[in-house]
Amino acid sequence: MLIGHQPKPFLLAVEGLTVSFDGFKAVNDLSFYVEENEIRVIIGPNGAGKTTVLDLICGKTKATSGSIAFRGKELTKLKENQIVKAGVGRKFQTPSIYDDLTVFENLEISFPRGRTVFGALTFTRDAVVRDRVHEVAEMIFLKDRLDMSAALLSHGQKQWLEIGMLLIQDPDLLMLDEPVAGMSVSERAKTAELLNRIIKDRSVLVIEHDMKFVEDIAHKVTVLHQGQILSEGTMEKVKNDPKVIEVYLGH
Amino acid sequence: MFGDYSIGDLGSIFVMQGFAGLILFSVYVLMALGLAIIFGQMGVINMAHGEFMILGAYVTWMTSNLFQSYLPGLFSGYFFLAMILAFLASGALGMLVEWVLIRHLYKRPLDTLLATWGLSLMLQQAYRSIFGAREVGVELPQWMLGSLKVTDSIEVPINGVFVMGLTVLITIVVAYVMYKSRWGRQVRAVVQNRIMAGAVGINTAKVDRLTFALGCGIAGVAGSAFTMIGSTGPTSGQLYIVDTFLVVVFGGAASLLGTIASAFSISQTQSTLEFFTSGSMAKVLTLLAVVGILMLRPQGLFALKVRK
Amino acid sequence: MTDNRFTNRSELIGILVLAVFLVVILPLCLDVFRLNLVAKYLTYAFVALGLVICWGYGGILSLGQGVFFGLGGYCMAMFLKLEASSVENTKIQSTPGIPDFMDWNQITSLPLFWQPFHSLTFTIAAVILVPGLFALVIGAAMFKRRVGGTYFAIITQAVAAILTILIVGQQGYTGGINGMTDLRTLKGWDIRPDHAKVVLYFFEVGLLFICILIAQFIRHSKLGRILVAMRDQEDRVRFSGYSVANFKIFAFCVGAIFAAIGGAMFALQVGFMSPSFVGIVPSIEMVIYTAVGGRLSILGAVYGTMLVNFAKTSLSESFPELWLFGLGGLFIAVVLAFPNGLAGIWQDHVQPRIDRLISSRKPKSESGWTDNSVADGAPAE
Repeated sequence: MLIGHQPKPFLLAVEGLTVSFDGFKAVNDLSFYVEENEIRVIIGPNGAGKTTVLDLICGKTKATSGSIAFRGKELTKLKENQIVKAGVGRKFQTPSIYDDLTVFENLEISFPRGRTVFGALTFTRDAVVRDRVHEVAEMIFLKDRLDMSAALLSHGQKQWLEIGMLLIQDPDLLMLDEPVAGMSVSERAKTAELLNRIIKDRSVLVIEHDMKFVEDIAHKVTVLHQGQILSEGTMEKVKNDPKVIEVYLGH
Repeated sequence: MFGDYSIGDLGSIFVMQGFAGLILFSVYVLMALGLAIIFGQMGVINMAHGEFMILGAYVTWMTSNLFQSYLPGLFSGYFFLAMILAFLASGALGMLVEWVLIRHLYKRPLDTLLATWGLSLMLQQAYRSIFGAREVGVELPQWMLGSLKVTDSIEVPINGVFVMGLTVLITIVVAYVMYKSRWGRQVRAVVQNRIMAGAVGINTAKVDRLTFALGCGIAGVAGSAFTMIGSTGPTSGQLYIVDTFLVVVFGGAASLLGTIASAFSISQTQSTLEFFTSGSMAKVLTLLAVVGILMLRPQGLFALKVRK
Repeated sequence: MTDNRFTNRSELIGILVLAVFLVVILPLCLDVFRLNLVAKYLTYAFVALGLVICWGYGGILSLGQGVFFGLGGYCMAMFLKLEASSVENTKIQSTPGIPDFMDWNQITSLPLFWQPFHSLTFTIAAVILVPGLFALVIGAAMFKRRVGGTYFAIITQAVAAILTILIVGQQGYTGGINGMTDLRTLKGWDIRPDHAKVVLYFFEVGLLFICILIAQFIRHSKLGRILVAMRDQEDRVRFSGYSVANFKIFAFCVGAIFAAIGGAMFALQVGFMSPSFVGIVPSIEMVIYTAVGGRLSILGAVYGTMLVNFAKTSLSESFPELWLFGLGGLFIAVVLAFPNGLAGIWQDHVQPRIDRLISSRKPKSESGWTDNSVADGAPAE
């Protein structure tokens, strides 16, 4: 695709990334690169280290060695909230939303303003915030649920809400951990549509098991196995890779 | 503060204070073992643990009185029976408490803290109503009172050695039960994944109840040992509860080895410091050191790095 | 959704009712002795209020609030003690001009750290800053390292134990187990007679309402919602770009400062300060005030404190042996049956009836979801 173009600097460059838990290397000397506006899907059998990779990028887990460069910034040295400020957003596997707050309040908390203690004390809910919340709520199909307690949402709606909370954050790199797990077929279709809409102007890193879904959205697929890259490339290429067939797709 | 003593004197002091700290160490270890099972394995904060210990102490006291009145000939051996009774009494009470109170609160650890604190207040008042507010002391059999002379400057009290030996024995049994027996595996399975453990056929309610009872029973034995170093009153247990929690936390909550190492270092630090400064300052310095270290290393001395 | 930064309508009514109760009804109905008892209870209400912010909203259970109550109280008591220990008042001592307990402990000059407490301005600053900074240090050390929940509770308990032992042990500097007694005047104004007690009572109620408004402001700010959010989904908040530790430290410091104000008022109102308000037992008792009132309810904290203390006074006067059973049972009952305390009972059983009563007369005006979802929240954990 990029033939003839001057190669742009990568948005995310992961190099030699290793993390070991008491000697067990969950991620082992992993390197991969994500370009601007790319949708990259990570697949792999259970325990391959997929979620750990996201944990490492967003700072939830500290790397044993290796580097994660995001727009030239070294993320392994930053705290979680600084990584968010740098432009990385993360959705968790199980929907992590605030049950005790309304949908509006859930979205508002993610609005990137007033993130210090003092800022939060003096934060005002002005027109800019309101408009943005309404705009995002419309995108995630929750426009008429804004005043509802988030606890009352369905599982799929909770997943959307969390995606919405990331959208309002406006990250340059969006990381989603199994965004359609546990969703009904119609919810899946809606989510795929949602994702295709929100990937404009940003890169997305997705972990997903649902192959149909992966085929729908992925620009490039990375297959992880035992903490290392087994195969990487287009869905077509990966699907026909005998190593992949053996460990993952084959059974 | 070490200036006035020669190296040899200091050596003797450390050994003697070390043995003086042995009973304290034993009480800590036994208390902490029970707590390590309840807190470390089950995640329940039992603030009434001290009262379970004191129940053991009262049982020991009653047994000694019974023997004095009715079986004076067998008095020298009463202690063994007392300990078994203490274990059973505290264990039975633990089982009851688990059934009435604790089982409703497994998902709310901070609330177990408040509820068991309430329980401890009630138990204290119950002891006061039954045994009176005055502290009671236990008379030790003759053979426990002497001391062994090791060298010219070092003497070791026999009851200290006895309690110490007993503690080692109980620790080995507990370690065996928790790590080698089938039941111990069930306990750990329930701790790690309650739902899954239930699904594979473990009776989680029964495991919980027995685990809690075991922890309380060991506290009862600690109470028996406790009668050797202090007199027993309704509120004596409360004085030990925070120390015991610190021992468990300091050792790394889920590690039996850590619990023992931390009980040893805390009790030895305290009793050694006691020689050089007042008792209260020794305690303050010890607690400060523990809190300070915990601030630097919150996971305790022994803890695994886990993948979450 | 309300635009007011402090209250919404139903809360405003609640605050007004409490104000009328404390400012009008109680002073009219009670004699000075009983009113002074209420004043003493209210000093604990400051602690309970702080715990609502720190425990109810922030999910941080501190079992060492007595430490901050004590620090505030001792700062105030040191000032009052110095004023009571003028050279003239203490001329029979071997060293006149220093507090009596120092003289008894063969201390011959005022220790350096006591010197600045000759100044009332310094003392007032110290009442706020000493506990505030202490909480900041503990909070920073613990929360920056992600220590929370049960571990934090145990550590705060240990701190309470340490401070008590230290105060009791260093009696030459602190008055030991008896504490600082015989406090007499504030800038020459005698705090002991009845009319002074009444003035202090109204001053205290004023301070309490300032703290209530601060608590309301925090609750209705985004910070309040972040605290609630953190309680359930700490990681989500962290990965939305907030430094979770800083927010916890803030909540803990607010709790500490409220407690300290209560402690300072205690020294003024009751006329002494002792280590028996610092240790583990009083600290946990303060938690039960909040739990009874409802850990999520700002006003509930005030009612809960008064109720528990009223029960304590009357029960321990007439049936001393029943009191501990009662208190213990209260702990268990609140935890097992009423995790949201009085406020929860009010919200679940009384409020709906009142609402129904009102709405059956008026045509239904608004429907849908309430705006006080924060208050409806499930208990922490």
